Amino acid sequence: MSATLFIFFVLAGLAVFGAVTLILQSHPIHSALSLILVMLSLAGLYLLMGAEFVAAVQIIVYGGAVMVLFVFVIMLLNAGEEERTNFSKLAGFAGVPLALALAGLIAAAVANSTRHMPAATTGALTSTRNLSKLLFSTFVYPFELTSFLILIAILGAIVLAQREHN
Amino acid sequence: MVPTTYYLILSAVLFGLGVLAFVFKRNIITIFMAIELMLNAVNLAFVAFSQALNKSDGEVFVLFVIVVAAAEAAVGLGIIILTARNRSSLNVERVDLLKL
Repeated sequence: MSATLFIFFVLAGLAVFGAVTLILQSHPIHSALSLILVMLSLAGLYLLMGAEFVAAVQIIVYGGAVMVLFVFVIMLLNAGEEERTNFSKLAGFAGVPLALALAGLIAAAVANSTRHMPAATTGALTSTRNLSKLLFSTFVYPFELTSFLILIAILGAIVLAQREHN
Repeated sequence: MVPTTYYLILSAVLFGLGVLAFVFKRNIITIFMAIELMLNAVNLAFVAFSQALNKSDGEVFVLFVIVVAAAEAAVGLGIIILTARNRSSLNVERVDLLKL
């Protein structure tokens, strides 16, 4: 087994472990920490594939900004243990197998159709210059539109979360 | 060398676990985290395809997905704060105003 394959399996195992603990933990702060583990291992996988800029953005925006926002809201609302409600028998009986079947179906479909694709891990880092050229030429209009999206999201968040004046 | 298929299978597994968390969790914040997990799984598939085909387009899409996810997190968490303030609970079972 080559070193890259070994690193892949370690990071993939960490990601799946984090996703499973996200489901099993009953306290939201523990779920948030498991999600941070998933995001960090995904950043490692991006680095392994040679997408170094995406890996950096993943850590800064997802692991940093978004998850800090989540943890902040959990603490702000003083969220406690999840209440145990007895959901319908059908959900427990058919839900888990169906969700696993969905994952298996997607996995089998992509495994069948991409068997002859070249390896994703080139080892060499792709240049960020390529990415920026593409972003500021072909995708320049969507890129400018995202700034409007962010602006509207900020306004929406402020309007939603502000206290009502009596 | 890691085959592209491995990355895609990992992506499918993470997406399935995200669906499971989305369906089974009762806390509204954890459900929101499950959505983020599914978005991350899709990002992994994007980057794997982009590297396998040796084109940077997929990585640009990932950047857009991350931007949209950040905007979604800001607005969604605002809605969560509003819901928690109005119903004084984070349990989605309690948010049943439209239920017949």
